[in-house]
Amino acid sequence: MSVEARERRQPWILLSPALTAIGLLLFVPLAFIVVYSFWLRTASGADQVGFYLDNWNEALTDPFYRDILFSTLRIAAITTAACAVLGYPAAYFIARSDGNKALLLLLLMLPFWISYIIRTMSWINILGVSGAVNWVLLTLGLTSEPVQMLYNEPTVILGLVHFLLPFMVLNVYVALEGIDVSLEDAACSLGSTRWQAFREVTLPLSLPGLAAGGLLCFVLSAGTYITPLILGGPTDAMYANLVFEAIITQLNWPLGSALSLMLLAVLGTLVLIYNHYLGMGQLMKGLG
Amino acid sequence: MGWPLIRVYTVLVYLFMFLPVAVVVLLSFNASQFGSFPMTGLSFRWFVELAHNDAILRAFRTSIVLGALTALISTTLGVLASLALVRYNVAGRNLISTLLIAPILVPEVVLAVALLLFLNFLSINKSFFLLLMGHVIFTLPFVILVVQARLVGIRRDYEEAALSLGASPVQTFFQITLPLLAPAVFAGMLFAFTISFDDITGTLFWKPGGVETVPTQIFAMLRNSISPEINALGTVMIFLTVGLPLLGLAIARRMAMQRGG
Repeated sequence: MSVEARERRQPWILLSPALTAIGLLLFVPLAFIVVYSFWLRTASGADQVGFYLDNWNEALTDPFYRDILFSTLRIAAITTAACAVLGYPAAYFIARSDGNKALLLLLLMLPFWISYIIRTMSWINILGVSGAVNWVLLTLGLTSEPVQMLYNEPTVILGLVHFLLPFMVLNVYVALEGIDVSLEDAACSLGSTRWQAFREVTLPLSLPGLAAGGLLCFVLSAGTYITPLILGGPTDAMYANLVFEAIITQLNWPLGSALSLMLLAVLGTLVLIYNHYLGMGQLMKGLG
Repeated sequence: MGWPLIRVYTVLVYLFMFLPVAVVVLLSFNASQFGSFPMTGLSFRWFVELAHNDAILRAFRTSIVLGALTALISTTLGVLASLALVRYNVAGRNLISTLLIAPILVPEVVLAVALLLFLNFLSINKSFFLLLMGHVIFTLPFVILVVQARLVGIRRDYEEAALSLGASPVQTFFQITLPLLAPAVFAGMLFAFTISFDDITGTLFWKPGGVETVPTQIFAMLRNSISPEINALGTVMIFLTVGLPLLGLAIARRMAMQRGG
């Protein structure tokens, strides 16, 4: 074999284990559940192979599923907006601070290493009936009975914001870090105020980072079922809870397949739109 | 206006991120019976109780074995793929990169359902094997991103020197490339281990009945009510996933400095 031929073959040998794994454990299974979603789960619990539209009909037209899809998207949108409002100024501060940037960045990375379930359940210690806030209220005499603040939609959103905020800050920070500070100075020396300079120069240039952080926050919050289980009430189910119910509790796997694919279609469309306008580069910068 | 305000705002945002977690750690040392405010004193009793809780110890063993195997497999696959992407001019590079990070782009619930149902179709039931495959597939993209970022920084001259002096490609890999790669491999393994150790979304779908990892164990305990034991378990987890990586980072930096200096 010539040197060139070997040089051409080598990368494929190196890539084949990873590509095979992803093919067999992701793409083939995804194709499989597409087929599976057209089968039927009979009352006896056996799958009836065939081409039935029942599951898709149920997933698309049942008002129960539709309402939960909309409320899931609403929760994801509010979470994303809250992350942007909380995260942007913090990211700006980190990017422009000169003193303790390394410490701020290290602290920003820490939440990624702290378990999601612990960060989520930590709010029970704060807002629960015997939590910190109620203790303060009782001690100050502002209330005679502990107030139940948990297990509703706002606390689900609170938990999601707490979980996803570092993703937003990190993505915006990466974008801001790539902007030349002297651009703002130039704008100021040409007569604009600092606020104008920020609004006209820095903010537009940092939008790709904001978009990347926003996409991550939206997709990750819309796909969660653990946060509503821990911080939500019985009526605060999100779309992924429906999937979990169908697959694990009801064992209706064909319906569960259809519901999963619905979620994938909605969130996948968002990712594709994002990719079309902005490409995956910014997102990879933030993740790497 | 402006800067001081942003500073205060940032401090508040950091407090929001860390205060609840700090309260978990604080309450885990609470001497009171119910593990809530007011704290009646400092005590290690909940940690002692943890150490005697068989279910929790089993969950730890499962999580550690699972995390270690995940790290090993995922990093092996990831390092090979990253080498191909960084060191060679592969046709269709962008497409391959997208395929390799696809498991991040698909919501984890969907990935979990697809893998569970497909392997079940192949008569592979919920098992440790399924759990391991699941963890490998969703940690792999993160490993590839981290390792690739480190690989770009390693100069190729040393390998070329070894090759031109007559070493075989395999010798070159094990004697030159791998030692240079060590920090990247280490970072990849640490990352894969932590992600696996923390995961609950996929794990709840894949785990066989009776098997619990630490996060699913915490989840099951939360079903009853929050107890000081959960806070203590949380504190141990935070120490493991924050303390150990920080230690690892320090070691990796030292290794890199020794090589560099």
